[in-house]
Amino acid sequence: MAPPRNRRPGFSRRAQYGLFLSYVVAIGGALIAVVLIALSQLNAPAYSALRGAVREVTAPISASLGGVRRGITGVPSGIGQYFGVVSENQRLKKQLRQSGDLVQRARTLGRENARLRRLLQLRDRDPKTVAAARLVSSSPGSTRRYAVLYAGSRQGVRKGQPVRGPEGLIGRVLETSPNTARVLLILDPESIVPVQRTRDGLPAIAVGRGDGLLDIRSADMANAPFLAGDAFVTSGTGGIYPPNIPVGRVTRNSRDSAIARPFAGPDSVDFALVQQIFMPEAPPEPEPTGEASDQPS
Amino acid sequence: MKPSSRLPLGSSQPSSGPHRWRAYISVIVASLLNTLPFVATIPILPPFGLMVLMSWRLLRPDVFAPWSPLLLGLFNDLVSGQPLGSGMLLWTLCFLAVDVIDSRLVWRNIWYNWLIAAGAIGFCLSAGRLIATPLGAHVDTALLLQIIVSIALFPAVFRICARLDYRPRKL
Repeated sequence: MAPPRNRRPGFSRRAQYGLFLSYVVAIGGALIAVVLIALSQLNAPAYSALRGAVREVTAPISASLGGVRRGITGVPSGIGQYFGVVSENQRLKKQLRQSGDLVQRARTLGRENARLRRLLQLRDRDPKTVAAARLVSSSPGSTRRYAVLYAGSRQGVRKGQPVRGPEGLIGRVLETSPNTARVLLILDPESIVPVQRTRDGLPAIAVGRGDGLLDIRSADMANAPFLAGDAFVTSGTGGIYPPNIPVGRVTRNSRDSAIARPFAGPDSVDFALVQQIFMPEAPPEPEPTGEASDQPS
Repeated sequence: MKPSSRLPLGSSQPSSGPHRWRAYISVIVASLLNTLPFVATIPILPPFGLMVLMSWRLLRPDVFAPWSPLLLGLFNDLVSGQPLGSGMLLWTLCFLAVDVIDSRLVWRNIWYNWLIAAGAIGFCLSAGRLIATPLGAHVDTALLLQIIVSIALFPAVFRICARLDYRPRKL
């Protein structure tokens, strides 16, 4: 079809000026947009207020749609569960018998651990859970990885707090509005989490790759190879993430930097827990022998 | 039926108020698809807001003023997670580019429309990636997939917009 020439204003001076002016506005607006992009690198608070206002409207809708989705996708598995329940019961009973003595041993170990910790006068900071809420939506069209949490400053969620699921770390809070919060997932290319290897405590950092996986990079000078199956947990360095939250498992043997699969799939998590910012206290000073011992140890 | 009782597509009938609202609202609804209730781990959702906007632009150039992609792009940025301003800039540039193409091209058929939209989608997604994400991120494979899927889906979006645009009218 021939392009309609509606834009051509004819001989009317007024229409010509109007059209010219609208192009001036468009180009001027594009220049303003360039400035806005530059400012967005600074994370201006005005932006988060704007985004928060929009989120306040969209999050309840997303949440209710999510409920519908869960209801529908839950039907097949519900039917399957109903028929699988007898065999599962037998299997679980067998498993319970087998794991009984393991539990006994673990209890003993736990008691011993607590006793040793008391001896060492270690003070445990138990990171308190601030809120439990659903991740209702995300940024599916963008190359950045954000999620929207349906709990905000009214529920006690503050900027910077870590967000975890039952299986592991999910991310941290970037912005809050009264009832919603924006979460930077650990999968985002700009997220960095200090981690350590469970096997030997090797320090490393977990950087998001952007494709649903993590890059584990050694933070140590020592040339330590990563083996497939190495599990990494948060180390507590940096003071944001509490230690010992599972982060990811290395998929392939490699050196210096390895690809890891995160433990917590944010798409499968039912509820996310927002925890308080972890601030480790200053390490207990080694008491110099013979000198003043007036410090409380 | 008289030949004049129905407007052919792209006729020079100026858009009326409610019609224009239909176009704006359809772009906003398409942008809101970004808030669908799932947590994506890779860029997967086609830029439906842009696709609807381009469809309207190619179908009926008189519906949107040259500056309207600024506002619609701003709204898309607020819900999509891209840095604020990227949609404003890129969508407006696409609009201006289509205006330039329209001034050169005498005839435009569905293949030209598809080609123009493919260019706009590819440009907006790759430029958005450059603005939003550091260069070292491993998002390019997923992004390529997203671009291909979006281009493949464009005729469907175009058809929906044409459907919204169509209204029998007595003169």
